[in-house]
Amino acid sequence: MTDYLIKNGFVFDPVQGINGDKVDVAIKDGKIVDAGDVTNPTVIDATGMTVMAAGVDIHAHVAGPKVNMGRNFRPEDKLFNCTAGSGIKRMEGGFSVPTVLRTAYLYARMGFGFSMEAAMPPLYARHTHEEIRDTPIIDQGALPVFGNNWFVLEYLKEDEIENTAAYIAWLLNQTKGFGIKCVNPGGTESWGWGLNCEKVDDVVPYFDVTPRQIVSGLIKANEYLGLPHCTHIHGNSLGEPGNYGITLDTLKIAEGIKPQNDFGREVVLHNTHLQFHCYGGESYASKSFESKSKEVVNYINSVDNISYDLGVVTLDETTTMTADGPFEHHLSHMNNLKWANTDVELETGSGIVPFIYNPKTFIAGAQWAIGLECGLFIKDPMRAYVTTDAPNAGPLCRYPRVYKWLMSAKARDDVLDNTLKYGDRIRERCYIGELDREISLYELAMMTRAGPAKTLGLSHMFGSLKPGLEGDVAVYPYNPETDTDDPEKIEYAFGNAAYLIKGGKLIVKEGEIVDMGNKRTFWVNAKVNENPMVERDIAEKFRRYYTVTQNNYTVKGPHFVPNPYVIEVDSTK
Amino acid sequence: MAKVILTPTQTPTLFLEAENITPDVLAGKNAAEIAALHGFVGKTTVTLGDYFTVEGAGGQTAADTTVVINGDVSRVKYIGMKMSAGELIVNGNADMYVGGWMTGGKITVNGDIDAFAGLGMTGGELIVNGNAGNYLGAAYRGDWRGMQGGEIRVSGSAGSDVGTFMRGGTIVVGGNIDVHVGTHMEGGTIIVKGDAKTRVGGQMVKGTIYVYGDIDVMMPGFQYRNDVDLEVDGDNGHFALYEGDMGERHSKKKGVVIYGQLYMKY
Ligand SMILES: [Zn+2]
Repeated sequence: MTDYLIKNGFVFDPVQGINGDKVDVAIKDGKIVDAGDVTNPTVIDATGMTVMAAGVDIHAHVAGPKVNMGRNFRPEDKLFNCTAGSGIKRMEGGFSVPTVLRTAYLYARMGFGFSMEAAMPPLYARHTHEEIRDTPIIDQGALPVFGNNWFVLEYLKEDEIENTAAYIAWLLNQTKGFGIKCVNPGGTESWGWGLNCEKVDDVVPYFDVTPRQIVSGLIKANEYLGLPHCTHIHGNSLGEPGNYGITLDTLKIAEGIKPQNDFGREVVLHNTHLQFHCYGGESYASKSFESKSKEVVNYINSVDNISYDLGVVTLDETTTMTADGPFEHHLSHMNNLKWANTDVELETGSGIVPFIYNPKTFIAGAQWAIGLECGLFIKDPMRAYVTTDAPNAGPLCRYPRVYKWLMSAKARDDVLDNTLKYGDRIRERCYIGELDREISLYELAMMTRAGPAKTLGLSHMFGSLKPGLEGDVAVYPYNPETDTDDPEKIEYAFGNAAYLIKGGKLIVKEGEIVDMGNKRTFWVNAKVNENPMVERDIAEKFRRYYTVTQNNYTVKGPHFVPNPYVIEVDSTK
Repeated sequence: MAKVILTPTQTPTLFLEAENITPDVLAGKNAAEIAALHGFVGKTTVTLGDYFTVEGAGGQTAADTTVVINGDVSRVKYIGMKMSAGELIVNGNADMYVGGWMTGGKITVNGDIDAFAGLGMTGGELIVNGNAGNYLGAAYRGDWRGMQGGEIRVSGSAGSDVGTFMRGGTIVVGGNIDVHVGTHMEGGTIIVKGDAKTRVGGQMVKGTIYVYGDIDVMMPGFQYRNDVDLEVDGDNGHFALYEGDMGERHSKKKGVVIYGQLYMKY
């Protein structure tokens, strides 16, 4: 394997406290080593450029049945948006729901090395893994959804943490999943009855359990198992005016719970796409709607066991897709565009609706502002991660644009003054106008690699350039000394990495993708004590309810996961 | 006005995709430069010069460029795609996507055209002195933004799915029309001077359809309102007004529900 030495770049590595110093970064046998430990390396001249560990995405929808349904029912998303193959690259296409190849190439161009697929319906885990398998270059994992699962609802009604944990361990193994995702706890199941759970104490029909019990139980089971990642939550009433109170109620469920794991993870609850959960007011009208990002982030600042990602609205035409079935139904009645919906037997549901975040409307502008506020109010950027909930709030390719907005007050003012129709009204109803903070490159490195790696329990592999970690390094054509004059340079640089080394392989060379890498699928094998009751319950559910047998359910063998990277945890001690 | 004359020299074995044949692209180019422009046949890249002789040159801008195709291009797609100004004349038949997404200017086809002409167009004129195929002035597959402006005039008949998701502009069909007219229509006007078959205005939200001849089977979601005398496209007539589609959502204006309107001439 070739050794690399990246010389003369401005290095940003918050884990090691390196803040723009000119430090040489060396890679030997696929791992980061001290610069003196490489002999005859291939030298990469990073003079005048920014060097960081490769990016780590904690939440994106890039593989699986609903992503593919989005591709299928939105052929217009690829209209005039395809690039013919060239060199080693095959044809790529799509804007908000790109092909698996474009997803991989996009991540590579943005200097990313790892992406977490944020919602895997267990029944369709096989499909999800087939897409992950076909996405080259990046390492990926997937979070199965648990928040409306019949086993979980039944066990948590009685607060049976051990049984819940045993079931989670079984399901992670069956689906080759990485951790616990919880979407609209109880609400999607209620949707099967034409209802929803709008508050944390609403009762799920038939199961007689509340979102509070589900969230609390999943967090406890997560820590019982000692999983690398914490419970990953999309709470109730996403996108509803006035929902910030429900968000605070959800966050407070984690109060007093301490992380238990061997991975250095410090949080027990990750609230995804916080932007959608920080709304005040009673309607979307500008006289009622208001931002409550400050209230929510202030609470998070006051505790130490919660992280979140932003979910910034990028003011684009995109495709919304979530396991929050009732929300998508609601959305389809707001914009009258096409709608797809499915019920995943015993487990979850899903909906898809195209959506245009039109900068000429008040609400889209306010959502844009709130997402950025969530990134600007954080005290410890190790706990706030940049996402667009891709593609829900904006396409994956817009990450660099979000960095620009976070890093430049001038760029934000430009949107408020020139892009948005109701910029002044949005300054009044949101906090964006009072925020002059500009995220530094050092903080950006926390929010896009060091932080998410830590919360995913992967800081021993990713997020830093410390010797021993994976040889994942991105070099961006951005000079922190001279390129500060124009915020557009931020967006360009972070979308066009000059170099990406992934697992010690040179993937991007002088801006061109030259290698498809050694893609791996990460999953967590959790060992639990034998639990005959849960085993019996599983057999019973397959016998009585599932339309498939367990033989056709399990994700197994090299066909689905040809390059597994298994993280072992053991709760039997 | 500068003129470019393209004369077909061979018929493509497959189909030639030639989105470069527009006044916008040809403006500012001489004959040699135009001949060197690319097109696609299947997965292979070809040049316009492989299929046409080129005479003349483009004007300074699209607006002062006229493009004339002298001959049969019934295996050439995307002629006039996205054109914004100027003029394009086809003396022969043309294949699919003529004037797709055009925003301005004028296309005249002295012959028949195939499907997807004027797809998603927002402005300009598309005149067909012949027959048109399916999906005239409709939306691209999956899209909800059909024809939004401009005018399409077909002297002969038109195929099925004309004006699907139409939102504005006018389509006039001199002859008969096949099934599915103005499906999901949300604005604009379709005038059919001949007969229509079935499924006229299905899931229509807004907009106006006139049919001078017969409709084989009326959609059940339309209700008769009243008779009215109107002048339509220069023709005077006595019409029955139907409103629908009752199964679809409808907005209100000053408390009055706005329906799609379907006028049938007596
Ligand atoms: Zn999401």
